[in-house]
Amino acid sequence: MTASVTISRVTQTYGAATALHEVSLQIEPGEFVVLLGPSGCGKTTLLNLIGGFAQPASGEILIGGRDMAGIAPAARPTTTVFQDYALFPHMTLAENVAFGLRMRGVGKAARRAKAAEMLALVGLPGREDRRPHELSGGQRQRVALARALAVSPEVLLLDEPLGALDLKLRRQMQDELKAIQRKVGTTFVHVTHDQEEAMALADRIVVMSEGRIADIGPPREVYLQPKSLFSAAFMGEINQLPVTRGQAGFGPVPGAGTRSGMLLIRPEAINTSQGLPLGEAVLTDAAFFGTHVRAHARLGALALVLHLPQGSDPRPGETMTLFASAHSFLEAS
Amino acid sequence: MKLLAWIYLALGYAFIFLPVVVLVVFSFQDGRLPVPPFQGFTLKWYAQITSDGALMTALGNSALVAFLSSAVALTLGFLAAHGLARAVLPGSVLMRGMLIAPMTVSYLIIGLGLLTFFNRIGVKPSLLATGIGHVVINLPLCFAICYAAMGDHQRSAERAARDLGASEAQVLWHISAPMLAPALGAAFFLSVTFSWDEFLIAFLLTRFDVTLPVEIWSMLRSGLSPATNAVGSLVFLISASVVVLAEIFLLRRKP
Repeated sequence: MTASVTISRVTQTYGAATALHEVSLQIEPGEFVVLLGPSGCGKTTLLNLIGGFAQPASGEILIGGRDMAGIAPAARPTTTVFQDYALFPHMTLAENVAFGLRMRGVGKAARRAKAAEMLALVGLPGREDRRPHELSGGQRQRVALARALAVSPEVLLLDEPLGALDLKLRRQMQDELKAIQRKVGTTFVHVTHDQEEAMALADRIVVMSEGRIADIGPPREVYLQPKSLFSAAFMGEINQLPVTRGQAGFGPVPGAGTRSGMLLIRPEAINTSQGLPLGEAVLTDAAFFGTHVRAHARLGALALVLHLPQGSDPRPGETMTLFASAHSFLEAS
Repeated sequence: MKLLAWIYLALGYAFIFLPVVVLVVFSFQDGRLPVPPFQGFTLKWYAQITSDGALMTALGNSALVAFLSSAVALTLGFLAAHGLARAVLPGSVLMRGMLIAPMTVSYLIIGLGLLTFFNRIGVKPSLLATGIGHVVINLPLCFAICYAAMGDHQRSAERAARDLGASEAQVLWHISAPMLAPALGAAFFLSVTFSWDEFLIAFLLTRFDVTLPVEIWSMLRSGLSPATNAVGSLVFLISASVVVLAEIFLLRRKP
């Protein structure tokens, strides 16, 4: 079971504050979409609107082509995995997972079988009679996922589900979440503020800022060809080189023509051998980071961040000729 | 110093429990008056009161009124607390205040008010009238306990239940009430003990079928007797049992 989600010109206000400004977004059936942004960017507001926990001030939300205006969460083909798990502490895991089926009048034996199947899917086989307080945080989140999937929703909404887990567990859960999504084929809409998590999971990332969509696209595109300075900076460290009428400090910028804006270069795209020549730079400091050597260099008046290969041993004060193997130009708006 | 602390503790408990101990001891008095000296051990007063039809009927009435009025007070208090804790309503502070307010009014005033009102609308003094009076005094208590126990934890579980297709009634029945079970149990048993002991309202609002405190009061009018001590001991035993039951119930429900 899977469905498309169409959000058109949705605005949401809380008192005088506007949480969403005419947001439009088309999500395809079976797609894994991640809403990414800092707190207060409107990503959770958008998720709540899709789930029916709030009604938009204006605009339309369609799920599977059906208008959702005035339809309560219970009646929507969506379920939600909450950040705080929201498990029912007085019920066993099987009862938790089968709760939605019980509300739909499914018989006891069928419920039990489905609960066992869903618990096995999320990697907790044979735990039907345990209670939530016996589980670790990661296991509770798996139960919350099983509970939300047990009713075969057309769209699964995930509200920072991995936010409370430690880093190692979070990376592991990301892999499993992606695998589960492929297996069940349901449309997943996932909210997070962690750009690595977004890239690990998403078919498409929707970067949000101050109630607007700042960028949208597959992880590679959003990372390498960001469509806004906000999304460029939010996806990771980036060097911004001002471009005036097609000219940067080192010369003409390819693809810029005579436009003005910013040349964006990721630190790991800077090297000493090939690509777009940036010119001579003086190394100011360097530190070993395991996977790479992170260094700062002065290029004219600009300070650059660069990731040099693990094996390099740059000395501060050294002069290097720098090149950019990948770059993108963003026209000033 | 340690000895002094123990003496202090013993004195404290003696102060609290001496009246009860005296009451219980002299209910076994083999004599006509429940006063010192202790003249010997007998169970005849217990035999007398348990074969006293009026007294046993009153005991049954008390239990009936206590359990039914507490169940009603708890249901209403829980629903009111849930509504006021979850929904944003205009004037909810005022509504909360109004619900708690009867706590500050003396039982005598409540009893008189109910007596006048029931008289006007033609409700005869009865166990029903007394039960309604006990709902009036216990509803604020049940409301306050339930309201205090409702937290964000339940709120998010309720939200999840709604998301999974539960109606409001199903949310209350399957999620809110079971999650609040310890608080609901505490409110219910406290309410039962208050109703069980209550005299003023029961005195004003009963006539032919009376509750136990009213029956004991009429026994006392004919003078002191070890029989009244025996009834008192019985009342105490039942109250204490309810409290112990509540403790067991609450501790068992804790995860």
